[in-house]
Amino acid sequence: MNLHEYQAKELLKKNGAVIQEGIVATTPEEAVAAAQTLKEKYNSDWVVVKSQIHAGGRGKGKIEGTDQNGVALAKNHDKVKEISKNLLGGVLVTKQTGPTGKKVTKVLVAQDVYYPGESETKEFYLSMLLDRGTGKNVFIYSTEGGMDIEEVAEHTPEKVHKEWVDPSVGLQDFQTRKMAFNLGLSGNAFKEMTKFIKALYKTYMSTDASMVEINPCLKTSDNKILAVDCKLGLDDNALYRHPDLLALRDLNEEDPTETEAADAELNYVKLDGNVGCMVNGAGLAMATMDMIQLSGGSPANFLDVGGTANAERVEKAFRIILRDPNVKAILVNIFGGIVRCDRVAQGIVDAYKSIGDIPVPIIVRLQGTNAKEAKELIDKSGLQVRSAIQLKEAAEEVKKALA
Amino acid sequence: MSVLVSKHSKVIVQGFTGKEGTFHATQMIEYGTNVVGGVTPGKGGEKHLDKPVFNSVADARKATGCDVSIIFVPPAFAADAIMEAADAGVELIVCITEGIPVQDMVTARNYLSTRKSRLIGPNCPGVITPGGAKVGIMPGFVFIPGRIGIVSKSGTLTYEAADQVAKAGLGVSTAIGIGGDPIIGTTTREAVELFMNDPDTDAIVMIGEIGGSLEADAARWIRDNGNKKPVIGFIAGQTAPPGRRMGHAGAIIGGADDTAAAKMRIMRECGLHVVDSPASIGEMVAKVMSGVAV
Repeated sequence: MNLHEYQAKELLKKNGAVIQEGIVATTPEEAVAAAQTLKEKYNSDWVVVKSQIHAGGRGKGKIEGTDQNGVALAKNHDKVKEISKNLLGGVLVTKQTGPTGKKVTKVLVAQDVYYPGESETKEFYLSMLLDRGTGKNVFIYSTEGGMDIEEVAEHTPEKVHKEWVDPSVGLQDFQTRKMAFNLGLSGNAFKEMTKFIKALYKTYMSTDASMVEINPCLKTSDNKILAVDCKLGLDDNALYRHPDLLALRDLNEEDPTETEAADAELNYVKLDGNVGCMVNGAGLAMATMDMIQLSGGSPANFLDVGGTANAERVEKAFRIILRDPNVKAILVNIFGGIVRCDRVAQGIVDAYKSIGDIPVPIIVRLQGTNAKEAKELIDKSGLQVRSAIQLKEAAEEVKKALA
Repeated sequence: MSVLVSKHSKVIVQGFTGKEGTFHATQMIEYGTNVVGGVTPGKGGEKHLDKPVFNSVADARKATGCDVSIIFVPPAFAADAIMEAADAGVELIVCITEGIPVQDMVTARNYLSTRKSRLIGPNCPGVITPGGAKVGIMPGFVFIPGRIGIVSKSGTLTYEAADQVAKAGLGVSTAIGIGGDPIIGTTTREAVELFMNDPDTDAIVMIGEIGGSLEADAARWIRDNGNKKPVIGFIAGQTAPPGRRMGHAGAIIGGADDTAAAKMRIMRECGLHVVDSPASIGEMVAKVMSGVAV
């Protein structure tokens, strides 16, 4: 589960970090009121209006059909109104959203933190995530903030630093000092950075995060260290022990069909191909998608019916797949282990009867526990489905169905 | 011989009296696995499926001399169960549980690094030595005894591979499901190494998926150790979009190196026999085993 920038920053603040302060608004009027509140607090007319969607690249992204960027500086209240009017209700298309973009329903009106002062401002990159190789949590940090870290790593790998945390003892002071030194800081900014790093660590650990990324992390002209942006992903497996974080879930950001599937204990990811598939097991589901592609089609979805697929769930899965108008054929690939093939077959027969006319060819491949009984069930039902036993045969049938 | 488990393994079941534990323990006993008891805290002294129940793994180890434990404990308590088994000195721990919080596994893996136990999983189908012992949840009848070792991140894809091996007229020495989570106990490379050193394994089927670098690490190790036995490889997820989690918590493309294409390229460069289609695994095994140049 992902959080919005404003939610992630609140968590950082709660854990002791300084953040670029802001107020969430859902209407242009609220945005102006927010700008007024910030003006009274920080004595500046300048604010940044930031679209709140679950995707990066907002600054360079544009509202569909306009030249309005997803993040923009406003130097007076009129401009705040104009920008938030452009953003709210618009569809923001960024490098990460894909061409369909994401609807903006909230903006964060935030203080301008790039004000001039005694020293130059400087942007850094800071993140924390799991290093799968070592099984330890690792900080990734760089002096090259405000940029795409993958690009920094590719062109100037020497500028990307890593610091692993020993799970036995947790983050140590010498590590925060090392990181702050590597970022070239001294004096007050150095001290502020070591504090900031600890707050980042605390946020990551206390929320069971899968990733916290602060880009940019800013040294202000008066030597404060603060988070200008924050991206936070949570470990779905740990949400059961964080009801407060679960409450931050924004269903508007999720594909409604994927949410509906999840509620039915189906693992579904929508793709843009022409062959729908229904499989048990994540690995076999991915492999089936690959096979569809090799057969000349392209997968319309990833769908894992899970280890305890029953007739009801199979019917639900059919209904979800059929909602996609691009689907020209459906491949059911079940390797029965704990899942009994005859039960899945019954689900297919039931789905056919209750959905009525299914307009696309269905290829059913049932192998493993009770595969024979399953094939009999399907053959006896008189349904127009193409049955296969071997994976190879199923691939051939997909080819035929698309021809 | 085979690897990890055999008919001599003495197996206990953690989470023995629960629904999952009961179902799969029954299946394992029917398969012929030497299940010597189980652990459910608070039910020590009782009998379940005609086997003794213990309060702790340490008690079970003392009474039965068990050297293998299989875990069916719910996700919130599974990391603790793994550490308990390691503390009791159980040589092989197989954790089936899916959905363990990542940070719990950071702790458990760190704990295991100070102990002698080997962990398989979590979020895996287990280990099976056909005709010897099934310590897992796989359909036993699919696995025919033979001389092909299988290592895989995925459950049903392991069954698929075993089925194709059988259809090719061959069989399996041991199949190891290493699990699909970001942190697992035994890596692809370690599993491959076990098979390379097993006199009863002639060739290895290595099945991976997008995410992480386990397959690339294994492929380089195989090359650096002289490609002693042929390895047939497949990576699932060639059509998976980046940044989306495909079912398994570990199956997500993060960078350029953990795509299926990158992994398959590295595997080919290291001398593995890589198939593009999951339907061709058995065929390739048969070709390699009959000495046909591929």
